[in-house]
Amino acid sequence: MNSKLSAQQGPYFGDFGGRFVPEPLIAALDQLEQTYMEARGDSEFQSQLALLHKNYTGRPSIITEAKKFAAHFGDLRVFLKREDLNHTGSHKINNVMGQALLAKKMGKKRIIAETGAGQHGVASATAAAYFGLECVVYMGQVDTERQALNVARMKLLGAEVVPVTTGSKTLKDAINEALRDWVANVESTHYLLGTVAGPHPFPTMVRDFHSIIGNEAKQQMLEITGSLPDAVAACVGGGSNAIGIFHAFLDEADVALWGFEAAGDGVNTPRHAATLSKGTPGVLHGARSYMLQDDNGQTMESHSISAGLDYPGVGPEHSWLKDLGRANYMGITDAEAMDSMKLLSQLEGIIPAIETAHALAGVKYLSETLRPGSTVLINLSGRGDKDMETAAHYFGLLDKK
Amino acid sequence: MSSVTKVLAGNKESGRGSLVGYYPAGYPTLKDSVESLVSMAENGCDVLEVGVPYSDPVMDGLIIQEATEQARAAGFVLDDLFEVIRQVRARVETPILVMSYWNPVQKYGLEKFATGLVDSGAQGMITPDLVPDEAADWIETSERLDLDRVFLVAPSSSDARVSKNSDVSRGFVYSVSTMGITGERATLDALAKDLTGRVKAFSKTPTCVGVGISTAEQVREVNSYSDGAIVGTAFIAAYRNEGLTGLTKKCRELASGLG
Repeated sequence: MNSKLSAQQGPYFGDFGGRFVPEPLIAALDQLEQTYMEARGDSEFQSQLALLHKNYTGRPSIITEAKKFAAHFGDLRVFLKREDLNHTGSHKINNVMGQALLAKKMGKKRIIAETGAGQHGVASATAAAYFGLECVVYMGQVDTERQALNVARMKLLGAEVVPVTTGSKTLKDAINEALRDWVANVESTHYLLGTVAGPHPFPTMVRDFHSIIGNEAKQQMLEITGSLPDAVAACVGGGSNAIGIFHAFLDEADVALWGFEAAGDGVNTPRHAATLSKGTPGVLHGARSYMLQDDNGQTMESHSISAGLDYPGVGPEHSWLKDLGRANYMGITDAEAMDSMKLLSQLEGIIPAIETAHALAGVKYLSETLRPGSTVLINLSGRGDKDMETAAHYFGLLDKK
Repeated sequence: MSSVTKVLAGNKESGRGSLVGYYPAGYPTLKDSVESLVSMAENGCDVLEVGVPYSDPVMDGLIIQEATEQARAAGFVLDDLFEVIRQVRARVETPILVMSYWNPVQKYGLEKFATGLVDSGAQGMITPDLVPDEAADWIETSERLDLDRVFLVAPSSSDARVSKNSDVSRGFVYSVSTMGITGERATLDALAKDLTGRVKAFSKTPTCVGVGISTAEQVREVNSYSDGAIVGTAFIAAYRNEGLTGLTKKCRELASGLG
């Protein structure tokens, strides 16, 4: 058996993962697992995907050194892996193109997806348009309001957007609704899950599709600096962009891995989404992992200014990496994230998504723990265009009407 | 032998058939849910299925979601579940199975939860999002405490899974009538009959059919090829519309579909 951390595959990551779903979905998960495992070792599938990434996604994404941003925090170098420059504006497209190809392979005519910030929904709607698939996106009603621009994008791409009005009306409930749709339409439909959570094989498969981020960045860092970074950082909601950039570095013991979660008003207030920092192990959306829950096993509502991180669960591999002590996880408040969004915009001319701004805010803490001269690689997972309404409101940028 | 199996087998033998009735604990209040469950037992339900309100019920349609949300909003906690069962058990002898998603059980503590079932007078548990593959602890615990464990089989399940899930179930195995979540359907498709046929071919465990059943005719039809019909949404809808009177009426109406 391969003892490398990066060789770990589902269904289980230590005590986490598995398949806690209703029996009607098991056959679809088996089919997906089998199709994926075949595709994984199929050079034709892999070159098909690589070509799509080259000619459609716009890969490889570049690395930008953020010198003025780094200088703000002291003696360190900060490198940004520019997933914001991918087609559709975030890392989400990496996974979506892979899964859409699998959906075609399985003969599914329809894809469904959940979305929080709308980034995964937009990517899914894009892939559906590209591959000629019907697409329905479930989105919490609260999120359709705070991410209205992305709703318009999905509709323009030809997708149907269904506002979810049950429960907390956010990402968690969008996933519930997508699962209900899937139970009823599993024959015709592929559930294009957008993060490294959910039942096996999703955490493994979505990780693999995003591992291109870290694989590219590792080579790029070696070319640019001649060595591996001292720390790799990313924001963590469900955890897809973080796993994507972490994976290539899991077995590089000298590279510190940092995931920054949404602390909302603060991890010691009731309003946060810091699942790994403050949660306990439980079962949510088909897998065992850390989650925010009360003493009765009811899922607690999370809070974050960032719709994409506003989720009370997290992928099982992150729970495993946390318990192993291989990765560190820490909460970043709404205010810290918004400050960083502004800082990167004004010092580097790059407007990050509010989700991504949580990782940028983490640099302040990294500068306190890393030795002088250290290099930090950050996954700039998405661009902030979609967040202009929230930012304009937060910073008072628009004239009152 | 499981008392649930005994009731189902007895009713089958006498040509009557069985009706399994679902109702969530704490809806709309604890006291009301006790009255509802007692009334269901007294008006034609052969087995009671007590639902545990949960924040993320992915197998349930809107009517059950709204009812369980209301119970949660009214302050339902897991200790209340056992109190409801205790009070129902004090008044009727009808076998009681709890229906719970897995997270509340694991968070409360499986051993404590299972002991709670025994002490309050319940016969076992239906686990909609726990498949046998993930259920080693529950299988061991239920075996040791002599509790029924009801797993699901679905039209999409392979023959191997139908066989395994049925064999490892105790009390009965839950045949999901159609690919979809709970809620009323105008007609039941042929999937249910085909599925129960597969259960019978592979296993001696009795099977009841649930999801989508809301009329006396459907209760009759399902009992012609299985060991019982499971009804939930239709009962909640009746309670929502006309309170306990409506629920009682619905029970009698559906029980009239039995022989």
